[in-house]
Amino acid sequence: MLGAVFVLWAAATITFFAVRAVPGDPAETIIGGPGSQAGEEALAAARAEYGLDLPLWEQYLRYLGGLLSGDLGTSYALRAPVTEVIGEQLPGTLALALTALLLGWALALLLVRQAARGGRVSRVLGTIMEVTAAALPHFWLGAVLILVFATTLGWLPSVSTPDLPGLILPALTLAIPLAGFLGQVMRESADDALASTFALSARARGESPAGLFWRHVLRHAVLPAASLSGWAFGTLISGAVIVETLFARPGLGRTLFLAVQGRDVPVVTGTVLVVALAYVLITFAGDLLEMLVDPRRRRV
Amino acid sequence: MSDSHGQRSRPPEEAPEAPPADMRLPTGPNRATETGRDGALPAWRRMLRRIRLVELASAVILLLFVAAAVAPGLLAPGSPLAVNPVDAFQPPSWAHPFGTDESGRDVYTRVVHGARPSLLIGVAATAIGLVLALVLGAAAGLGPRWLDFTAGRVTEVFFAFPGILLALLLIALTGPSPVVATIAVGLSVAPGYARIIGGEFRRVRQAGYVEAAVLLGHGWWRRFTGHILPNALGSVFVLATLGLGQTIVWASALSFLGLGTPPPAAEWGAMLAAGRTYLEVAPWLTIAPGTAIVLAATAATLLGRSLEQRVRES
Repeated sequence: MLGAVFVLWAAATITFFAVRAVPGDPAETIIGGPGSQAGEEALAAARAEYGLDLPLWEQYLRYLGGLLSGDLGTSYALRAPVTEVIGEQLPGTLALALTALLLGWALALLLVRQAARGGRVSRVLGTIMEVTAAALPHFWLGAVLILVFATTLGWLPSVSTPDLPGLILPALTLAIPLAGFLGQVMRESADDALASTFALSARARGESPAGLFWRHVLRHAVLPAASLSGWAFGTLISGAVIVETLFARPGLGRTLFLAVQGRDVPVVTGTVLVVALAYVLITFAGDLLEMLVDPRRRRV
Repeated sequence: MSDSHGQRSRPPEEAPEAPPADMRLPTGPNRATETGRDGALPAWRRMLRRIRLVELASAVILLLFVAAAVAPGLLAPGSPLAVNPVDAFQPPSWAHPFGTDESGRDVYTRVVHGARPSLLIGVAATAIGLVLALVLGAAAGLGPRWLDFTAGRVTEVFFAFPGILLALLLIALTGPSPVVATIAVGLSVAPGYARIIGGEFRRVRQAGYVEAAVLLGHGWWRRFTGHILPNALGSVFVLATLGLGQTIVWASALSFLGLGTPPPAAEWGAMLAAGRTYLEVAPWLTIAPGTAIVLAATAATLLGRSLEQRVRES
């Protein structure tokens, strides 16, 4: 718990000082970029409005105090509190990420099950499929899915709509590479488990191949993948930046991208900090899940 | 990242014969099946031949890309920036194998010439990530407890900026450029490498041969260079090849967002970004550079996995 608080504090501090360490006057960005040729008075007003004229330590303390009370600052471009901006965009991205997560796990399980059942050829094919899937860039996969299912077949919309059909292509785009990674990780330990003596003894007791997989091997396969849930969340969020941009889907990722493009620093740092918080929470949940699946870890 | 091809077919009771007493102390449940030195098994040799095919294919693909990066003129004599508006949006044909783009530039030439910037960013980012990770990993895996603790916390904090978020933060602060994108991607991949390398150092340090070296009175530097580093280096090398695929993809993702290499240049991600607008009228603008990225990334990953197996065997 203390470690998590430390990570969050360090993340906030690094972000704060990184912002200050970069040359350039934030006030100019607030007014409208370096080309705006704003008057000195307007710049001073902007500095005062955002507290940029205070000494650094006071800015830092105010910033930390703000974070504790849930204040992430004010967007330069949107002139709205960052928490409000994020709150508006979060549900869409959460729906996308959760759908992708479920799809990814389902696909990965399918791959691993198939590889555990099949012979050598299907194993090699499975490896190649997993590696290729894991290497597929979101922007390319998304474009191909649009071409096949939207342009050619016309089954699904190419621009994401809020309803279910609009969710399918973006979620698939996120899920397929994730499934490749999860599949690789799971199959490795599934192989180890299949080759182990407990698998042999289970077979000797008359366990069917399917029963062996679902009852005995799966637990071992899921473990390393569960410990990666924080990481999986990270890829989903960075994937969301690309997928939401590609499918013109409103959400946190697209907001972050637009903020990076417009150098709207408070939105960027705010989003990054919210993601850091979510990452810490999800890692914690992943540890719990691991303990749930692995009785060996409960005794400690 | 191992895969234990062929070892599954081996009856479990044969396993204890394989490890020579000096080398292989099982250090965990996952290590139990990774005992090498069973080259005599015909099933294993059959498997090896299959792996070589994968290796060969990935090596050939990678070599082609490297050739394109070193001497693009040999594979595509034309200029990647030569504009010919009359020929805009030509579909793939004999004259233009991958078609032409909105200004009539030959996409094949651009893909070939794009190999250099795209691979360079990937290699440089991987190198940055590995160097950082080696320092952090050595501190965590070999240093005294306080150093291990510090390195662990630093890695943890890095981890809290998952994926390309750290890169996006950096770019938001400094403005988009290929150099920033490279450094940013390198920083983003470092914590993952650091954790793996740290674990590897820790595992190797506890191995029997290191203990033996301690008992023989070897100093820490000799233990490090003679035993720990060579045994951990295999995994570092594998990480580098495996990581290369990842960094190429991430760097091109940044370019795709318009935050890396700017569009007129022939770089795969930038080409994708430019082609995206015409996805429905000229899909080859997206497919060609995208396939180059997928091929390079997949080949690097497959080769890395295959090499890892060889490292384990020897």
